Amino acid sequence: MPELNYLIFLGCVIPYRISSYEISTRKVLDKLGVELVEMPEFNCCGFPLDPINHDMMLTLAAQNLCLAEQQNLNIMTLCNGCFGTLNHVNKELKEDKKLREKVNVYLKEIGMEFEGTTKVKHLIHVLAENIGVERIKDAVQNPLNPLRVAQHSGCHIIRPAKYVGSDDPENPTVLKKLINVTGAECLNYLDEMECCGAPIIGVNEKLPLQLAREKLDHIRAVGAQALITVCPFCHMMYDLNQPRIEKTFNEKFGIPVLHYTQLLGLAMGFSPEELAFKQLRVNASEIVTK
Amino acid sequence: MSENKETQEKESGQKMVLKASDIDPKFKYEISKIPGSEKVMLCFQCGTCTADCPIARFDDFYRPRKLIRMAQLGLKDKLLSDDVIWLCSTCFTCIDHCPQDVGIASIVRALRNLSVKERDMPVAYKELASNIRKTGYAYIISGMRLKKRESEGLPSLPKADLKNIAKLFGTTGLSKMLEKVET
Repeated sequence: MPELNYLIFLGCVIPYRISSYEISTRKVLDKLGVELVEMPEFNCCGFPLDPINHDMMLTLAAQNLCLAEQQNLNIMTLCNGCFGTLNHVNKELKEDKKLREKVNVYLKEIGMEFEGTTKVKHLIHVLAENIGVERIKDAVQNPLNPLRVAQHSGCHIIRPAKYVGSDDPENPTVLKKLINVTGAECLNYLDEMECCGAPIIGVNEKLPLQLAREKLDHIRAVGAQALITVCPFCHMMYDLNQPRIEKTFNEKFGIPVLHYTQLLGLAMGFSPEELAFKQLRVNASEIVTK
Repeated sequence: MSENKETQEKESGQKMVLKASDIDPKFKYEISKIPGSEKVMLCFQCGTCTADCPIARFDDFYRPRKLIRMAQLGLKDKLLSDDVIWLCSTCFTCIDHCPQDVGIASIVRALRNLSVKERDMPVAYKELASNIRKTGYAYIISGMRLKKRESEGLPSLPKADLKNIAKLFGTTGLSKMLEKVET
């Protein structure tokens, strides 16, 4: 099935500190028949450079896209930030001839040219659109009911709708459907679309922690046993930073935060060890030994 | 009444009276030439961006509507020297909700780019950019991490072509900006 071949784009945060996301994704996708092709060369998607030099962001993203074009394959990202950047730049350069010419002048310096022959997808698009909910349902051996969870899709796989356009930006349902397939129940909660705040943690620590605290508070209010994410930045805010949030606001949450692929992996019969549950900061053993 | 004025002044973080010399009437044209910021003049100050902004909910000073008004008025120096422009978390809610399709987050990005060009950049961004120039990745991935990948059965990480990256840092002008703030 050739449409299930993707160049895996890890980005920076996952190899830096969130390898549990990569480990669980590789296990799950392999069993679902997706072939991930390793790239000898890729670099940062460009996202962190946009605030300081838009041209450099465009060019670095385009350079990654050119590398994928050379392989004649589509890109699959696990990170919302990488998806948002690469997809946006890919679409903008395809549509805007003037901008494409400008970026190609920069790329000429390194012997590359953007042609616009590749597509960029996020993991959840591959799961929902290319593999499909039915096939995932067939792979579920160990339905997770009566587990009750909440989802956090994050921003850059939803907005700006003009460039993403694969889900309802006011009421996204893709991740919810993917969660329900595992047998777990996905609960609604207040302000589900709220940002995790991670992009500004380098310049202001307080605001992202306040945002994340509020999200954990809303999730606890509906009785969710875990939060499910699909982005390493969001995961970092809610899992790695949860003890810090608890300390700062003098409040106890203890809400496990799983990558979607860990949740799906459990339902597909993988063990918590195989899915790198040990690497989670907030202990998730209560969910596993339900 | 006076309390209200005081709060307003506190919120705006600046005096209420502006001098003509504070204003650069050409600034709005400068902004509107930057890709993504073409519609800066279309903002009619409805405030949807600010009402829906997650940062504005928690911060007393970050008001996207006000940033756009200041840009329209030509308050260039005030805008480019104000740390609040670094608070946008790029959730893009303002982009989706704006009835005039002004592209507020893109304008904030343009303001940040101009501020870096004319002044300085926050240390965090300097670090990210310098990491990318040195390694191709925004964070330094240690040898220990790479070994751990191997022991976890993960394939080796893609390697960046650092010569190419250095060239791109040069042609886009980012190298110069980094040197400027590094010294």
